[in-house]
Amino acid sequence: MDAKDWLLLRILEEDSTQEVSEVADLTDLSEAEVQDRVCSLEDEKIIRGYCASIDWEKAGEGVAAATVNLKVTPERDVGYDRVAERIARFPQVRSLRLITGEYDFELRVTGRNIQDITRFVSEQVAPMEQIRETSTILVMKTYKENGRVLYDRKEAERLPFSF
Amino acid sequence: MRDFISSRTHRIPPSGIRRFFDIVQEMDDVISLGVGEPDFDTPWVACEAGIASVEQGQTSYTSNRGLPELRIETSRYLAKRFGVHYHPDKEILITTGASEALDIAIRAITDPGDEILIAEPSYVSYSPGVTLSDGIPVPVPCLMEDEFRLTPEALMEKITPKSKAIICNFPNNPSGAVMSREDYRGIADVICDHDLLLISDEIYTEMTYDGEMTSAVQADGMQERTILVNGFSKAYAMTGWRVAYLCAPKELCDATLKIHQYVMLSAPTMSQYAAIGALKNADWNREEMVTEYQMRRNLFVRGLNRIGLKCHLPRGAFYAFPSIQEFGISDVEFAERLLKEQHVAVVPGSVFGASGEGHLRCAYAVSRDDLREAVQRIEAFIATL
Repeated sequence: MDAKDWLLLRILEEDSTQEVSEVADLTDLSEAEVQDRVCSLEDEKIIRGYCASIDWEKAGEGVAAATVNLKVTPERDVGYDRVAERIARFPQVRSLRLITGEYDFELRVTGRNIQDITRFVSEQVAPMEQIRETSTILVMKTYKENGRVLYDRKEAERLPFSF
Repeated sequence: MRDFISSRTHRIPPSGIRRFFDIVQEMDDVISLGVGEPDFDTPWVACEAGIASVEQGQTSYTSNRGLPELRIETSRYLAKRFGVHYHPDKEILITTGASEALDIAIRAITDPGDEILIAEPSYVSYSPGVTLSDGIPVPVPCLMEDEFRLTPEALMEKITPKSKAIICNFPNNPSGAVMSREDYRGIADVICDHDLLLISDEIYTEMTYDGEMTSAVQADGMQERTILVNGFSKAYAMTGWRVAYLCAPKELCDATLKIHQYVMLSAPTMSQYAAIGALKNADWNREEMVTEYQMRRNLFVRGLNRIGLKCHLPRGAFYAFPSIQEFGISDVEFAERLLKEQHVAVVPGSVFGASGEGHLRCAYAVSRDDLREAVQRIEAFIATL
């Protein structure tokens, strides 16, 4: 990893659909260099995948989301890892983090509706033997996701010329 | 009725881009690379600090010098960035934008007939500022073959017994030139040998892309003979807040303060609070913006060279300064036709002094999409020449 790799990652994280030629211009690299570097970053699993950022509310599809916080009993030798891997297997769990504070895990869970989520938490997650407590916080509206705001914003006007 | 306007005011030229403004008014799909300000919003942490100050009723004057906390934070910033030390109570003055700082700096040092050297191409206010003080502006050309840096030789050539000071601005508006530490050492020798003062406008200093960020006062012997001007407009996208600062040895700082207290009293209070917020909490935002400018620079300069517009790689600020000399028309004509025919607004280099002739100032403080589109339109325009 050098400064150019860092810049590449920044560019791809923001928009991974850009043409190689555009990325080459932004980084001041040749197209071949960009491709080589991206391949290496993929091989090293620094780049874990590419995805679109979607406003599902606007898409009109039924979607519900919640943050689920868990208190977990860590296990001898493996700590939190084994239970984390068990929880991560559920496709409903979009993200899973070990956190500081009152709770141990923070999950981002999605479903078609609230019932999906509550059922998932109460029937799949809560009964696991290492889980001591759950707290489910339902999302009412998403304003910003993955660094992008999900509302229309009026652009500020600038003078066409200034020194 | 007699002419009430002073001869001094008559002597300063009108804006070199007024007519471009008029043309732009008629168009609706202009890509403007003519703007000398960031296109980012002010970091929200700075806005919050300003808003909070208003909510708390901090809406009266501050001390003439500016809020003590802002001066302390500014002093810390300069120490951290450049390893230079300015006393917050004696050597720093908070001003209403760098424009005010430059104005009062020039006024504080200029007697009628003094020659004030100006490294050109340069920002447009220096020369009129000198004229308004009855000084004589003397351009010192910076050339494309030197990547528009100021050389000791060019400076020496213009020094006379009447020379009093030199004004320079690096990273440079309009050329994007940057002075390395060694470059500064070179001109520092000349400045010290001839007992000159330096007014160093370093407003673009955070926008330094390849290599170390520098300040003129890092060179030996320069801090005691420099009025350093910097501010928040460019680094923190705060142009509309009108807040900046001037640093100088106590005696010089006191002299500028004397003018400041009569003409400005104090810089806008909420803006000073916002600036504290910026210095304390917006490093991350600043770095993000600088990274984006750097990518845009790479994209745009490559694009210009690809379509045959010769452009050195500007190492700082957010301007590309390509040469159009090979096309056989003046920079003013090029810019005017480009605007009329392809709706791309740029500023002719000659607006920034004779040494800018044959160049265009293109600000890349616009979105990448606009930059790509601008390159295409410029290419289409060149094809008609």
